[in-house]
Amino acid sequence: MPTPLGWYLGLSAVIFTIGVLGVLVRRNVIIIFMAIELMLNAVNLTFVALARSLGSLDGQVIVFFVMTVAAAEAAVGLAIILAMFRNRETTNADELATLKW
Amino acid sequence: MVVETTLLRWIVALPALGVLFHVFLGRRATGAVKIIGPGVVAAAFGVVVAAALRLHALPEGAALHDRVYEWIVAGPFHADVAFRFDALTAVMTLVVTGVGFLIHVYSVGYMHGDAGFARFFAYLNLFTTAMLILVLADNLLLLFVGWEGVGLCSYLLIGFWYEKPENAAAGKKAFLVNRIGDAGFLLGLFLIVWTLGTHGIWSLDVTAIEEHLNVLAPVALPVCLLLFVGATGKSAQIPLYVWLPDAMAGPTPVSALIHAATMVTAGVYMIARLHALYALAPAALTVVATIGAATALFAGVIATAQTDIKRVLAYSTVSQLGYMFLGLGVATTGAAVFHLVTHAFFKALLFLGAGSVIHGLGGEQDLRRMGGLRTRMPITFATMAVATLAIAGVPPLSGFFSKDEILWGAFAGAHPLPTLGVIGLVVAGLTAYYSGRLLFLAFFGDCRASEETQHHLHESPLVMTAPLVVLALLAVVGGALPVPALVTGEAHEAATPLAFMTVATLLAFGGLALAYWLHVVRPDVPGLIAARLDGFYDLVRDKFRIDELYDALVVRPLFALADVSAWQIDPRLIDGAVNGAAAFVGATSGVWRRAQTGNVQHYALSFLVGALVLVGYYVSR
Repeated sequence: MPTPLGWYLGLSAVIFTIGVLGVLVRRNVIIIFMAIELMLNAVNLTFVALARSLGSLDGQVIVFFVMTVAAAEAAVGLAIILAMFRNRETTNADELATLKW
Repeated sequence: MVVETTLLRWIVALPALGVLFHVFLGRRATGAVKIIGPGVVAAAFGVVVAAALRLHALPEGAALHDRVYEWIVAGPFHADVAFRFDALTAVMTLVVTGVGFLIHVYSVGYMHGDAGFARFFAYLNLFTTAMLILVLADNLLLLFVGWEGVGLCSYLLIGFWYEKPENAAAGKKAFLVNRIGDAGFLLGLFLIVWTLGTHGIWSLDVTAIEEHLNVLAPVALPVCLLLFVGATGKSAQIPLYVWLPDAMAGPTPVSALIHAATMVTAGVYMIARLHALYALAPAALTVVATIGAATALFAGVIATAQTDIKRVLAYSTVSQLGYMFLGLGVATTGAAVFHLVTHAFFKALLFLGAGSVIHGLGGEQDLRRMGGLRTRMPITFATMAVATLAIAGVPPLSGFFSKDEILWGAFAGAHPLPTLGVIGLVVAGLTAYYSGRLLFLAFFGDCRASEETQHHLHESPLVMTAPLVVLALLAVVGGALPVPALVTGEAHEAATPLAFMTVATLLAFGGLALAYWLHVVRPDVPGLIAARLDGFYDLVRDKFRIDELYDALVVRPLFALADVSAWQIDPRLIDGAVNGAAAFVGATSGVWRRAQTGNVQHYALSFLVGALVLVGYYVSR
């Protein structure tokens, strides 16, 4: 008997919540970045689980898109973090708060 | 009867072409400027003569018309650039181009060697163009273009030697005082357009106005008075005459052409052109006549005590213009235009003669340092003497006829005002006195100039004396011109009684004799009289301190207002409002600004809250 859909969705919700908390709570930009990846993958898990349960390929296709965007985002994001570190010698989000009024 | 032609546009175009030449090539070709400057005016004179001959061949009351192009179309209103040539225009254009040509020739000698020679002729030709537009215009809007054009040229030429601050100031004064008059003129035009427009006549053509006088009758008085305000500015009448004496800062040919012969008569021409309208408002005519007579007397009195030769002539011009307005006011339009013509001859001659004297004396303008020039400058003296006799009204010279007609009109014309006629007679005596005084002080007695100046004293060259001689001839025979008959289209009513002529002649001789006695026979007496009349004499010499009065009443309050604006209103009110608005926005936004911390995690939290709210909304719905 296959694993019920609820388990997948529950696991996905837990991972997503960990990701959100990581983004909000941690101060290291690289950790925040990883937490974002966690959220994206939680969503991917939901898509795949629902696709299988509904017998549709749409969800699986969207996962590919998400992974592509995530890869691009990782490249750009890491480049930004690298540039910031070169300038400020820090990866602490609290100290990178000059982009305001 | 109106005959269409394309001839008239050339009258205006020829001097305009001269302007273009002087502006673009004049600096490199001074020799050509000497020919082309007077040449284009002579050519325009030729065209005017041709047009006048064609007009003469037509029946009386006819006119030539030249529609150049459609100028303004604004809804139902429309105005053309179109010229109209009737008897009055013919007289005016002949004077403008004829006398103008002589003055152009004279200027070639007078301005010889001046650094701004080409610029001078550019302005002079431009003035001629504008003046011709003014007198040829067939609608009041185009007339206004010429009106402003001559005002501009007047400003440019008064301040021609702009390196001297007082010359620039005189130009500015002329311009500003004229603006006051022009505002009145414009308001008058608006009132005409408005009144005609409400009756469906959207035009400012002079003929349209003359055809719809019944429509204009209810507003004739305000219209006439407003237009007259314009005339007082342009033609230097009380209360706006103050710019003309200062305008003598310009080169002397300018004084002769613009500030004696042509431009200052624009107001007279305008009222003569609209005499049918003025006839509807006798009260306005009375105002015109009263202002004219008052100006004639006032300026005549001032002229008796001036020592600057050009200022005497300037006040004399103001006074003579007063005569013309008196003539207009007593509804003897023909006589007023007649005096305009003869005045153009003898006053241009007086100015050019004075210029010749100033030229010979190396720039000296003070009558007290002249004297005895009779033998040293014989041609100038002879022509000046003719002009003096003409302006004094000695028969049979031109001034006698025109002045007599105006004065007799004041007693027995269509709109008689005998009191003003008496004032006019007094001014006739005054005119003879101050003109004689000028002549005797400059040309009789011993020379009071310095040795140095006397050594360089010389008669002016032929290019300057020839125009003097021609103008002198005109001043002599000008009285025979049938101007009033031409202008009014009626038989010449030379019905001035012999007794009246005798009175006027006696006044002329009396004034001249008094001047001779006071300034040649007993030169010590004027000083004694001046001492006796201590306060009054000073007042007259200081021109009744009108400039000071205007300064206190108008100029200084305006400056004070400007100061208040500059130091209080501008920084406090205007800047205060602008800075205050910015400060208000800054202060109120300070609170909300705190929400932007710059910390990305705070933003992320707000995303989350927003997302939760949205999700909550859709779930709970």
